[in-house]
Amino acid sequence: MTRDEAFLQFLLRMGDNTLILGHRVSEWCGHAPVLEEDIALANTALDLIGQTQMWLGLAGEADGGKSADDLAFLRDAWDFHNVLLVEVPNGDFGRTLMRQFLFDVWHSIMLGRLMASSDERVAAIAAKASKEVTYHLERSGDTVVGLGDGTEESHARMQDALDYLWPYVGEMFASDEVDAQMVAAGIAPNPADLREEYDALVERVLNQATLTIPESRFAHKGGRDGRMHTEHLGHLLTQMQWLQRAYPGAKW
Amino acid sequence: MRVSTDQIWSWLDAVPDPEIPVISVVDLGIVRDVRWDADTLVVTVTPTYSGCPATSIISMDIETALRDHGIGDLLIETSISPAWTTDWLSEKGRAKLEDYGIAPPQPAGGPDRCPHCGSKAVEKVSQFGSTPCKAHWRCADCLEPFDYFKCI
Repeated sequence: MTRDEAFLQFLLRMGDNTLILGHRVSEWCGHAPVLEEDIALANTALDLIGQTQMWLGLAGEADGGKSADDLAFLRDAWDFHNVLLVEVPNGDFGRTLMRQFLFDVWHSIMLGRLMASSDERVAAIAAKASKEVTYHLERSGDTVVGLGDGTEESHARMQDALDYLWPYVGEMFASDEVDAQMVAAGIAPNPADLREEYDALVERVLNQATLTIPESRFAHKGGRDGRMHTEHLGHLLTQMQWLQRAYPGAKW
Repeated sequence: MRVSTDQIWSWLDAVPDPEIPVISVVDLGIVRDVRWDADTLVVTVTPTYSGCPATSIISMDIETALRDHGIGDLLIETSISPAWTTDWLSEKGRAKLEDYGIAPPQPAGGPDRCPHCGSKAVEKVSQFGSTPCKAHWRCADCLEPFDYFKCI
């Protein structure tokens, strides 16, 4: 694998994470339990889609002059490189916010490191996105505490959400040849090196939320390397890509 | 004939932000540079939030305004670095926001007073408001809800 190929993979991983999570979160638009949460979810989705335009825009340049839209709408499931965590269905409101929290913590740490990237385009995107993600994390963390340390019902639902999502956390810290090349070039950190900081922050918030972190470190994998996505990604793409597939080249 | 960049800045200061029309795109701090490159006028714009849908409208509004003033050869560039910060809001812009009922950003992370009645007894309703750049607050004295321009 050449360094250019590894760089493209890295950019797709960043952009596909924000694209797929942004789409998932946007599914709440018009359906959230209260108006304020509806607006907050839509704003979060919008930030993530904006970040996608930057990451996939750069990926498109690295991929022979494609646009961010080409990459978002014209690839099939096996060419996506997002972690499995972001493609799992929303479930209830609690599970959606738990997933957001587990992702936001990783995202904020990762962007913080990428701000010091040797590639100034990567550093610029990270600096821009980092400001937005700070807000996402503040909100998802507060909500996880509010619901975890809430009523008997909300607590039980948040514990269920954590138990369901925890096996998807490990993949965010997996490393392969792409990561090794990015580390060697000073472009991105080794994901494994983020785990300690991640665990410390997650543990602090989940303790406050009176929730119990599952003991097992078993991790579902196959998303970021594109080897094996869950069945859910294909269903998501049929919704997200439908218009471009049915009316190729349509613009508005 | 080249128009002076001071003149261009003053024309741009008359282009309203599409979401918050009481302030101009210059007040908002998103016009980063105006320069002549030979006979082409280059205007550099930076987005507030990366996904803000107003960004493309703003570029279009800037283009329309400058063309109306007779600038034919025009290039609008987007730059994300350095990232936009609310520190770039002008003093005039901050005063206009408050007059309009939007609390201007504060380094402390929340509004210092209600933009309607001036009370300090304010509380957050939601981290996110009607646009990506705002949060939703309310006043405990006059009971009115209001937007707070988030500090980033």
